[in-house]
Amino acid sequence: MNLIIGAFTIGLILSLLSLGMLISFRMIKFTDITVDGSITLGASLSAVLIMAGWSPWLATLLAFLAGSLAGMITGILHTRFKIQEILAGILMMTALYSINLRIMGRSNIPLLDTATVSSGFEKLLIELTGGEAKLLVFGWPVSLADLAVFGSSLILCTLIGILLTRFLRTHFGTVLRATGNNPQMVRAQGVNNNTMVIFSLALSNGLVALSGALLAQYQGFADVQMGIGMMVWGLASIIIGEALIGKTGLGVTITGAILGTILFRLLIAIALRWGLNPNDLKLVTALFVFLALVTPGMFKSMSNKFFGGSRHA
Amino acid sequence: MLKIYAISKTFFPNTVNEVRALQKVSLTIEEGSFTAIIGTNGSGKSTLLNAIAGTFFPDEGKITLDGTEIINWPEYKRASLVGRVFQNPFAGSAAEMTIAENIVMAMRRGQSRPLRQAVTLSVKEVIAERVRLLKMGLEDRLDNPIGTLSGGQRQALTLLMATWLKPKLLLLDEHTAALDPKSAAKVSELTKNIIQQEKLTALMVTHSMQQAVDLSDRIVMMHRGQIVEDYRDEMKKRVRVIDLMETFDRVQKRELFDESVAALLEKQYV
Repeated sequence: MNLIIGAFTIGLILSLLSLGMLISFRMIKFTDITVDGSITLGASLSAVLIMAGWSPWLATLLAFLAGSLAGMITGILHTRFKIQEILAGILMMTALYSINLRIMGRSNIPLLDTATVSSGFEKLLIELTGGEAKLLVFGWPVSLADLAVFGSSLILCTLIGILLTRFLRTHFGTVLRATGNNPQMVRAQGVNNNTMVIFSLALSNGLVALSGALLAQYQGFADVQMGIGMMVWGLASIIIGEALIGKTGLGVTITGAILGTILFRLLIAIALRWGLNPNDLKLVTALFVFLALVTPGMFKSMSNKFFGGSRHA
Repeated sequence: MLKIYAISKTFFPNTVNEVRALQKVSLTIEEGSFTAIIGTNGSGKSTLLNAIAGTFFPDEGKITLDGTEIINWPEYKRASLVGRVFQNPFAGSAAEMTIAENIVMAMRRGQSRPLRQAVTLSVKEVIAERVRLLKMGLEDRLDNPIGTLSGGQRQALTLLMATWLKPKLLLLDEHTAALDPKSAAKVSELTKNIIQQEKLTALMVTHSMQQAVDLSDRIVMMHRGQIVEDYRDEMKKRVRVIDLMETFDRVQKRELFDESVAALLEKQYV
């Protein structure tokens, strides 16, 4: 049970990463690798601030803003200085590696026995249960601390999901979604598509950094290496979400990204339980994304060969 | 309404591929007029339209629209004054978004984009009312992605979008050239109706001389980056397609015998 709650919690936290990438990758069609750096930025900044005695909420908010700034710079590199999108992302990601080391002062900061954004929720749970340390969920004992993180992640994630859906349905959000679809059309409607790209990348990386801040608080440390491969993980989650419930409509797409992330974390937890070497995890994920990107086309040509071919024979 | 003073544009200057697309072109368009620009491939007619739309900045010259100097305005800023329909029927709308979402973006062309829900029920009713006038049955499909429609349907909607807010100037860039004959006729008719009803000022680039004769009240012929012929008022009313063809031939023959050829001949024979 602990394993499942844990996978669910990480899934919920990382779904903010997926939502961020949904904006960059799917809506403005920008392959943004800044993500690998900005998730660590969120984690390292919030960890340092919390260790310095700041409120975890304020630290998390600042992490969001720092991530937005990073995304904004990537956007400016691409739009203002005409650097290819992948390269703009790589430049920012590389710069962030040093920046993150500067922020932390070393490569790893442990966050033990510090207050987190779920501390308040945990206190509330303890009061409600009358001081029990563990609670039975479907007959399994689960520690209140774990339950508190799970609960607060669930609330936060739902809230952000709803806010994002509503935002993307506004006049501004509608143009944002059109920007990746047809920038020429967006310009013809009187909107500077470059500004939309910069704003979208800021929002996207803000969400990613937020996810990083929550992740650091949950796992109890921030590490300068923690962002490596995160972009591919987010991508895998988005693809699973789309396969799971499709992409008809905005609400469906956003729910899909969240559910996809949770399912992906569950699959990983199960695979690790069955003895998958954790070192192989990123290779397996990369292979999965490769297959997910390639198979739809392959299925089409295969069915053409089998069905189309036999019909004409 | 629109005043163009001596604009020039040379692409790839000082290379073997140098193209002098516009050579000191001047043109004044009166309010409420519908001007067609015709010409051969590479005559500079689309380049002229793009210069007005702001796709690129000319090397020299001035453009004023509605009394405002717009030569330094970027493309997106000019959109507050200019409505556009492109040659590619897929260029004017966002394929993955619904018909309603596409139109709602055009309803605020060149205006602020507030953080209010864009597609509400009441907005949809307004949209359905105008879309019904196209008589394409699209009013029942407002929630379908616009990418599921045919080229003709999308071009009709793009025209509706470009004119939803009355533009100071409507630019039509061979907007029926990529359509099948039936859709082209339909969009042509729609163009005529909208321009008449809304009393729009329009500039249309076209390959079809028939279309130029049928729709417009002034025909400008371009060749090699220059305006070579300008039929207006009574002259335009008398002009037929065959006259335009003859002018084309004359212009091209004159070209065969331009100054350099004359100089060459002079050297050899005189």
